[in-house]
Amino acid sequence: MEREKPAGVASGEVGRSRRVTRKSVSRPVTRAIDPETHRRMLRFMALARELEDRIERKLYRQGKILGGVYVGRGQEAIGVASAIQTLPDDVICPSHRDMGAFLVRGMTPPRVLAQYMGRRDGYTRGRDGNLHMGDLGLNIIAFVSMLADSVPIAAGIALSFRIRKQNRVVLCYFGDGATSRGDWHEGMNLAGVRKLPVVFICNNNQYAYSTPLAAQMAVANVADRAASYGMPGETIDGNDVLAVYESVRQAIARARAGEGPTLIECRTFRMTGHSAHDDASYVPKRLFKEWESKDPILRYEQWLLREGVLRRTDIDYVHRSVIEEVDRAVEWAEDNPYPPAEDCLRGVYHE
Amino acid sequence: MSQTTYLEAIRQGIWEEMERDDRVFILGEDVGAYGGAFKVTQGMLDRFGALRVIDTPISESAIVGAAIGAAYMGLRPVAEMQFIDFISCAFDQITNVAAKSRYRWGAGVPIVVRGPSGGGVHGGPFHSQNPEMYFFHTPGLKIVAPATAYDAKGLIKSAIRDEDPVICLEHKFLYRRIKETLPADEYTVPIGKAAIRRRGNGMTVLTYGAMVYVALDAAAQLTHEGIDLEVVDLRTLLPLDRDLVLESVRKNSKVFVLHEDTRTGGIAGEICAIINEEAFEYLDGPVLRVTAPDTPVPFSPPLEEYFLPKVSDVLATARRLASY
Repeated sequence: MEREKPAGVASGEVGRSRRVTRKSVSRPVTRAIDPETHRRMLRFMALARELEDRIERKLYRQGKILGGVYVGRGQEAIGVASAIQTLPDDVICPSHRDMGAFLVRGMTPPRVLAQYMGRRDGYTRGRDGNLHMGDLGLNIIAFVSMLADSVPIAAGIALSFRIRKQNRVVLCYFGDGATSRGDWHEGMNLAGVRKLPVVFICNNNQYAYSTPLAAQMAVANVADRAASYGMPGETIDGNDVLAVYESVRQAIARARAGEGPTLIECRTFRMTGHSAHDDASYVPKRLFKEWESKDPILRYEQWLLREGVLRRTDIDYVHRSVIEEVDRAVEWAEDNPYPPAEDCLRGVYHE
Repeated sequence: MSQTTYLEAIRQGIWEEMERDDRVFILGEDVGAYGGAFKVTQGMLDRFGALRVIDTPISESAIVGAAIGAAYMGLRPVAEMQFIDFISCAFDQITNVAAKSRYRWGAGVPIVVRGPSGGGVHGGPFHSQNPEMYFFHTPGLKIVAPATAYDAKGLIKSAIRDEDPVICLEHKFLYRRIKETLPADEYTVPIGKAAIRRRGNGMTVLTYGAMVYVALDAAAQLTHEGIDLEVVDLRTLLPLDRDLVLESVRKNSKVFVLHEDTRTGGIAGEICAIINEEAFEYLDGPVLRVTAPDTPVPFSPPLEEYFLPKVSDVLATARRLASY
């Protein structure tokens, strides 16, 4: 079932693994990323990891979180390095492994935890769970469980920018499994036909629940599908934060310039089961080992140290501070009340 | 005064809303240069331009999904289903995304999904359906089904202004068969309000869409038999105008429901339950149903004629009810 890996994915290095699979994308020299952006990216990746670890490995097991828990451990580079480049007026349509993107765009750990716990001040006031949350004030669109439903929605958001002549872009996220759904293809096609300003970002973590890539699609790469929709598609190392940053930077620039959508396939690996109750026994153990060595946070830290962007003490501080932040958030969320039961009846229609 | 068709009334309604509010735009298949399969959007491309009259690929789910996305950004999309039968392809976007969005995260979805429904034109199983009950069961949606040109215009305007997703079922049999003189001044018809088309004493029929005319024809004949049938046009199916329905039931004590949709799980069942719960003691007979049978809508003229509820069906049911 093993497929050919895109060049560079196995290298375990940062910043040099990218492969353009179809139409070539123009590649200006990468602008230097300023140290503050590096620090923020590391911090959001670490925060997403810590928050999700706490949710999955502690609160869920303690019975404090009910329902489904789907984390993006090992996939943090994708949401963070993409969303961090958006402007406040840009819109993101994240999916269930994109905690980092939610955080970058302004959602906060206390309310995220309240959301997971079904509390009053979760982002959906207890109406929905886990990352099924959005905030129009932050330009974050809530997704639904029917995968890829956000793809035509992203196209429609971009269409509204076209209608109003606004120079805004949409980042739309999904997994490899979602690319099998009809809505994905309808939405990609609409975006392609109308050359809409959308960056489509695939978390290709190689498993859709228990189904491996080879049983999900007949082409080698998700990016190969881009050709059908007249847009460039590329496959990059999704565990390489700098590769994600650069690829998304160019795609956003294309979108803003009116050159249309791009599909970016970020090759990564789901370091957990599909959800917290899934032991992923169907995944060969060696794959976990192999991808553990390509952990996006560790690789990024090594690069930051090697390049002298951050010192070890800076990195240690980042980790300490996110642990403390999540500690405080858990305390806040546990103190947050449940919504009143009769709230069940409110808000179905405009009131 | 010139007469306006039901179809032209819808066109006027959308047109006026587009003139009034630049957030309103149209998307759908062949709605631009072609003006729509039934010409509801004729002339709109020339008047409002390609940014507001958007031809899409044949992708009903993407049409509705894109409408939802644009609505999130503050626009007022009017999505056309070329035939309402194709709304099945957009079922998920309508029921899971649009209908639940406000409840889940407070993001209202002010979209209109409109299209030609109903039989009587030999359209066959995929160009004749009445899909209302697939959506009637979904909290968060509204459904309107006008029977007159006046209502067709007034309800599409209200639907466009509504803060929630509204499905507009336009009866294609009525498109060019119904004409009336419309007011020169602007008006809307409120969503959620039924109308009495014929006042009567002693018996009520609750109906909507093209069946309103079947009911009125039957009522005219029943006067010779001493039955004075009140004809209530529901106009909006969701939310139902429970007040007017119950008022008519309490007044007349005998009631039946007439709809072109099929029988099992049709709206008559829900109305019957409401009457049972709210007005049981007022009834002098069972709440009866006149509906299409539980089959797909057939194509061949004798088959389709058999399928559609007819005046004779209404007469038989009224006589049966009168005997109680």
